[in-house]
Amino acid sequence: MENFKPNVALFIPCYVDQFYPKVGIATLELLEKLGCKVSFPAGQTCCGQPLANAGYERDTIGTTRHFVAIFKNFDYVVAPSGSCVLHVKEHSPRVPSLEKEQKELHDKVFELTEFITDILKVERLEGRFQHRVGYHASCHGQRGLRLASSSELNQIPFNKARKLLGNLEGLDWVELDRTDECCGFGGTFAVTEEALSIRMGRDRLEDHLQHQVEIITGGDMSCIMHLEGIATREGQKIKFMHIAEILNQAIT
Amino acid sequence: MSHPENATEFLKDQAKAKWHDETLWFVRDKRDRISKTIPEWEQLRDLASQIKDNVLVNLASYLEDFERNALQNGIKIHWAADAEEHNQHVLRILQEKNCKAIVKSKSILTEECHLNPYLEKEGIEVVDTDLGERIVQFLNQPPSHIVLPAIHLKKGEISDLFHEKLQTEKGNDDPYYLTQAARIHLREKFLGAKVAITGVNFGIAETGEFVVCTNEGNADMGVHLADVHIACMGIEKILPRRKDLGVFLRLLARSATGQPITNYNSHFRSPSPGKEIHIVLVDNGRTAQLAREKFKNSLKCIRCGACMNTCPIYRRSGGFSYGSTVPGPIGSILSPGLDMKKHSTLPFASTLCGSCSDVCPVKINIHEQLYEWRQEITKTHGEFGKGLSMKLANGIFKSPLAYKISGNLMRAALRALPDSMIYHPLNTWGKSRNLPETPTETFQQWYQKNRP
Repeated sequence: MENFKPNVALFIPCYVDQFYPKVGIATLELLEKLGCKVSFPAGQTCCGQPLANAGYERDTIGTTRHFVAIFKNFDYVVAPSGSCVLHVKEHSPRVPSLEKEQKELHDKVFELTEFITDILKVERLEGRFQHRVGYHASCHGQRGLRLASSSELNQIPFNKARKLLGNLEGLDWVELDRTDECCGFGGTFAVTEEALSIRMGRDRLEDHLQHQVEIITGGDMSCIMHLEGIATREGQKIKFMHIAEILNQAIT
Repeated sequence: MSHPENATEFLKDQAKAKWHDETLWFVRDKRDRISKTIPEWEQLRDLASQIKDNVLVNLASYLEDFERNALQNGIKIHWAADAEEHNQHVLRILQEKNCKAIVKSKSILTEECHLNPYLEKEGIEVVDTDLGERIVQFLNQPPSHIVLPAIHLKKGEISDLFHEKLQTEKGNDDPYYLTQAARIHLREKFLGAKVAITGVNFGIAETGEFVVCTNEGNADMGVHLADVHIACMGIEKILPRRKDLGVFLRLLARSATGQPITNYNSHFRSPSPGKEIHIVLVDNGRTAQLAREKFKNSLKCIRCGACMNTCPIYRRSGGFSYGSTVPGPIGSILSPGLDMKKHSTLPFASTLCGSCSDVCPVKINIHEQLYEWRQEITKTHGEFGKGLSMKLANGIFKSPLAYKISGNLMRAALRALPDSMIYHPLNTWGKSRNLPETPTETFQQWYQKNRP
């Protein structure tokens, strides 16, 4: 780590920019503490995922071209979101005449926890966080980016978020009954299949509540926005933090 | 009705919806546990997927091999381009045998072809002999799951049904008692049927034999008592070699129900003296699907139902919410190929969580195909408003200034508007969920101020 000071661009998803600036700030500060030179390239908008998942990938070429132009000149692009990273890597449409830049860019876009464990090669984080924490695995991070072993697969268990959180002094990692079931956010699914989305969210919340979780964390604010929205409406006392917020707070 | 409407209806009975979710989760959990006792599980899935790749590339020649070998074994072969031809073949055979009552073991293909109503219209009694299928047949319902046809019913409902249909004791819902009643009832039907219909799980090209898997032995009972066996088979059910079964039979039962092996895996190779075996080979949209590059490997499906058991949507909306013969994730990528307009909401009945693809024993990339079907469906069946707002959004997201203005307006509006307007009934998000508290500045604004 001594001589390795990568030039990292922060990729802040649009809804994080608009609704959760504190998550952007925590990501920035955390990466700096871990020795990165971090900048936030101006003019970021949205990666285009809401459109693509709704069936309009073909209408995101302009958005994608803009994304490539903003980020292509950095060593790494890091986002506090598995979902947006997966979209950029797998579902952003090929932009004619930019294929080479796009391919190179996709190889250097990372979700925050995988960047810390796989690129910065952080083995353990020293810090303190005295809470009972439940981890919500976002599906796009979980099964899309393979940030953790999948409960469906016969593989050696691993979990990149747990690797980072697990060593924090005082942090009580809670084992859930269903470790990686979807929360029902699903982008436009949250409104087109409202009844199902709410039912799935309530079921996820219940799993955390039954295990006396104090703080639900995760790598995607979209899932958390959905779960927190239901919890707040129903008057639940449970708290929500993005994993970047916990790590940034814990290692000061 | 669309999937969202059906799902909303299903979820109204909250206790039953929860029970349905937990019942199917139990099956998925059993599958997880048994699959983890096989160290080479993931290699088996790879192998199965590769064997099926080979089958799909060489389907025509394998089908010819299969036909030639089956004919040599004394089996009669009938080709059907669609459901109508399939049903006509079956009816013709029954008429030739002057048969008025048949027994049928589980076959999703005959459901797909709507064989039962077709034969019943011709005055033929069709009795489904799988217990779950017999139950839904009594109710005049289709199966709600391809492996567990009556999984939407609780034992009390079955007790009431059997009291009415089989004169069992009122209120007795002991599963053993009810099963015995069904056994006695079905025994008579077995003894009276001259023709038995079965599905086919695997057809072996090199030998011309086929394999039928059941847990209840009902296919065998039907076939051995009847003079004529009609096996209805989708053309994608081919495996090249008998030894390939060593891969597929291990995967099928574990994926379907978490059993180490299906109770009866019966091989049919040639008719006994004086008896007949017919195979009806059915296309019904399969070659069209094979021609669709992005969707062709949906034809690898071995109908284990694991994607249904794992799907958080299926578990909470039930099989009928899909309105298609094969429900759940795999149905949602097969059905649009048959009728895109009718099934246009199905690929959207998913959060693209990917669990279906991870349980699939033949590694069909189900959730990726759901995504791809969305891209196809919006080309022809996109609602105008949705398309327009999406184009508008692309206009916003490719322009930083437009994004900033609209974002600021939105946040300002959210801060200023009273809750009664934000949580207006037209705001679907807010019906049962709050919106996040609106911060005073965006990250971009914070950054410009603090990191100039």
